[in-house]
Amino acid sequence: MTSTVKPPKRHLSETHRRQRGKNLAMLAALVGLVVLFYVVAIVRMGGG
Amino acid sequence: MSDTAYRMTAETGGATSSAGAGDFFALLKPRVMSLVVFTGLVGILIAPGHIHPVLAAVAVLCIAVGSGAAGAINMWYDRDIDAVMARTRHRPIPAGRVAPGDALGFGVVLSVASVTLMGLMVDYVAGALLALAILFYVFVYTMGLKRRTPQNIVIGGAAGAFPPMIGWAAVTGGVSLESLALFALIFFWTPPHFWALALYRCGDYAKAGVPMLPVVAGRAATTRQMLAYTLLLLPVALAPTLLGFAGWIYGGASLVLSLGFVAAAAIVMRAADDGPARRMFGYSIFYLATLFALLVADRVPGLAG
Repeated sequence: MTSTVKPPKRHLSETHRRQRGKNLAMLAALVGLVVLFYVVAIVRMGGG
Repeated sequence: MSDTAYRMTAETGGATSSAGAGDFFALLKPRVMSLVVFTGLVGILIAPGHIHPVLAAVAVLCIAVGSGAAGAINMWYDRDIDAVMARTRHRPIPAGRVAPGDALGFGVVLSVASVTLMGLMVDYVAGALLALAILFYVFVYTMGLKRRTPQNIVIGGAAGAFPPMIGWAAVTGGVSLESLALFALIFFWTPPHFWALALYRCGDYAKAGVPMLPVVAGRAATTRQMLAYTLLLLPVALAPTLLGFAGWIYGGASLVLSLGFVAAAAIVMRAADDGPARRMFGYSIFYLATLFALLVADRVPGLAG
């Protein structure tokens, strides 16, 4: 009984895992941009 | 397990749901990007003047992302021929892991973002040149020339020749004879580099209907033109020394390496099998990477005059 349920469950978690990976990559990109804008603003205001 | 999941979604057409961050990264053509980033970085390092290290890093990032974005748009447009060729059929779109529209959106957003960042944060001229390189690659090479003429990569090679010029502009805010010389170096290097690959992937291109020179004109005509370009490249590769922005370490090495490139083309001309063409393709990458590394090394105080 449990063995017939398992495969779709696993497949679902695999998709979720990949979606989470994509979300985390997006988060990293956004945080990276925030840091980038901050640092560049400091550098340019300092007459760099 | 992940393999079966890939296959299941690919077969059912659920492209978007199965795409991971890695698939989108693959759309950026990371291997092409590495040489682009390197030549762009060299442009920044050898340009006269000063740039804040943070802004130099931003410029390199923008060149990398812009080049990757152009690659993603290219993969969106070429998905039909990529699916036919052995070399490219495992790319994210033909493999069914990324939906075509997603790849296009990804490429366009990153193109606009990289050009905007470069223009606002680093330099307007560098931003404009980056935009020109992306537009040239997408509209002139991918959509205009690639499927129409065997001269596709000769003219299209200009897109790949922009990075050092963009890096140079990031520092100096302009275009000069020196940065044009770096452009010319990559421009004349591209045809023998790419045709070496096309020689042993000839069947692939023929199957996909791409009029690469070996497909249209045959091996003999292609290898003759490759030899002609390596001979043309010889004085072009010496230009940095002749123009005085590289020393004799670069000059001597460039002469030796260029003669090696000419010899490789001559060997490919007489070859009966694909071996020499494969080796020439490998040598071409070593050749360009070494020349650009030496452009920087020749500038380090104490190494040369």
